[in-house]
Amino acid sequence: MVDSTSISPATPQPLLDIANLNVYYGESHILRSVDLSVGPGKMVCLIGRNGVGKTTLLKTILGLLTPRTGMITLEGTPLRRKTPDQRARMGIGYVPQGREIIPGLTVQENLILGLEARPQGRGKSQTIPEQVFQLFPVLQSMLGRMGGDLSGGQQQQLAIARALMGSPRLLVLDEPTEGIQPSIILEIEAAVRRIIETTGVSVLLVEQHLHFVRQADWYYAMQKGGIVASGPTSELSNQVIQEFLAV
Amino acid sequence: MLTSLFNSFFDGISIGSVLLLSALGLAVVFGLMGVINMAHGELMMLGAYTTFVVQNAFKPLGQPWFGAYIFVALIAAFLVTALLGLVLEKGVIRHLYGRPLETLLATWGVSLILQQFVRSVSWVMMLGLVVFCGFFFGAMTLLSRRSHFQRIRGWAITMLLPLSAGIAWAASSTLGQKYQLAVTKPWFGAQNVDVTAPGWLRGGIRLLGAYQMPYVRLFILSLTIICILGMYVFLQRSVWGLRIRAVTQNRSMSACLGIPTQRVDALTFALGSGLAGIAGCAVSLLGSVGPNTGQNYIVDTFMVVVVGGVGKLVGSIAAAMAIGIANYLIGANALSPLVAWFPPLANLLEFFANSSMAKVLVFALIVTFLQFRPAGMFPQKGRTVDA
Repeated sequence: MVDSTSISPATPQPLLDIANLNVYYGESHILRSVDLSVGPGKMVCLIGRNGVGKTTLLKTILGLLTPRTGMITLEGTPLRRKTPDQRARMGIGYVPQGREIIPGLTVQENLILGLEARPQGRGKSQTIPEQVFQLFPVLQSMLGRMGGDLSGGQQQQLAIARALMGSPRLLVLDEPTEGIQPSIILEIEAAVRRIIETTGVSVLLVEQHLHFVRQADWYYAMQKGGIVASGPTSELSNQVIQEFLAV
Repeated sequence: MLTSLFNSFFDGISIGSVLLLSALGLAVVFGLMGVINMAHGELMMLGAYTTFVVQNAFKPLGQPWFGAYIFVALIAAFLVTALLGLVLEKGVIRHLYGRPLETLLATWGVSLILQQFVRSVSWVMMLGLVVFCGFFFGAMTLLSRRSHFQRIRGWAITMLLPLSAGIAWAASSTLGQKYQLAVTKPWFGAQNVDVTAPGWLRGGIRLLGAYQMPYVRLFILSLTIICILGMYVFLQRSVWGLRIRAVTQNRSMSACLGIPTQRVDALTFALGSGLAGIAGCAVSLLGSVGPNTGQNYIVDTFMVVVVGGVGKLVGSIAAAMAIGIANYLIGANALSPLVAWFPPLANLLEFFANSSMAKVLVFALIVTFLQFRPAGMFPQKGRTVDA
């Protein structure tokens, strides 16, 4: 266990910086003085049992929930008054838990929607970059199918590809391997690793799958709405794994 | 007998097209956005009154200009009701998303206000409204530029509301005393007003035997087809159409993708309201226009959207045609000759053979249908339902 004030991945200028964040649902105190930072090009993993506030933290970063106190900055710019769509255009890409593919749109339309997040706007561009199909070849043959008709694994790949279409600087992934068959999990892991290497995007990942957690550079462990441990994932001890991962 | 059935079928399609045109805006507002807009009928009514105003503006121009007024009226009705829809969305609906009961009550209140508005509106009332809005919203806009606006917002509203109302009242009563009846007389009053169809829409085309399809009905049928095609192309092919489809299916995820959801909501509501205005323009050609014109359509339009399947444009088309044809076949007693060999059924159909009783039977059939298919004729299918 560590004191939350000492938590910081060794980066001089973090891309995402969260300080003393407190979030409430009504009068229930959900996030308690959370401090967290993600450096440029780094993959940071958030671990913890169900119900400790991981998804709440991500939703607060995205602007879907409003904190009562605390500060979130993206490259030094405060996000407090920014709406979710403004935050997306500032460079935060989101792959939510349960994928949330728009079911009544085709795969192609879902991908094109991702262009909305580009800082310069989508303009008239409807082109899907070749890189997306290199990462997820299965999507190329399914462009005309409805998003809601894809399998869970295909939807997950589509959700990541859709987030990439906006050229994000920070990719927020909420349990991307939940309910996915093992072979697809490995594909998604490899794709995320390749995305970081080729685009330099930072990744904030919530994950329960140990193999995927180990891919990250840094971890934060959450308990009862607060950060209780952190460090390089290379130093993840068995005790931390047993305490914070549902394995 | 077959000719009579065929004629009834055509009349049914014609009634169905009016129903569909009125339901099209609701299919967007209720079907896509999930907003129960009880003021939809009054938006139609305002579209009809806009047609009346445009017609009066064109009358002094004489022919051939008067013949073209209907096209200007269609555009004006769309713009007026779309603008009002925009104000309604920003002022009322936006604060009630996800609260259907409150939305229903609030829009019902708006519908009553609009009905009374057309009865009472006069130059004095209009001037009062303009002065009030100018002072109140102008001052709020100026104040909103100050850095500490959020802290003084409540105080500003408390001060500005009575001040603007007082100035508006003083201005309008001064005008009223000076010019008296010329400015205090209601524009429309409580009486119904009549819209005259242009000369080229009078008469009809002979289809079968003595049966004549009026040009007005053909015009409305064509207008309905144009509106449906326009809607389809807009929703399926345009950038804003894609945004609307995304936001109506998953608002929070769409926002996280960078789509400005509030602007999309406002545009969608304005589009649905504008379509109600076009429908109002069309129905003004079929009969006189009054403050209660919209009330005659609101139940039917909700039925069309629900029976078709909420959120399904093709469902609304099928439901409008089915309800229109069933209404006419029953109301015109076109079915009883077919079952003359079974007198009890023929007598029963004869009992329902007038417009109000036909409506009762059609509603009974709809209620029965919804017992077996609660999601309507075209429900969502596949994994899409749960996704």
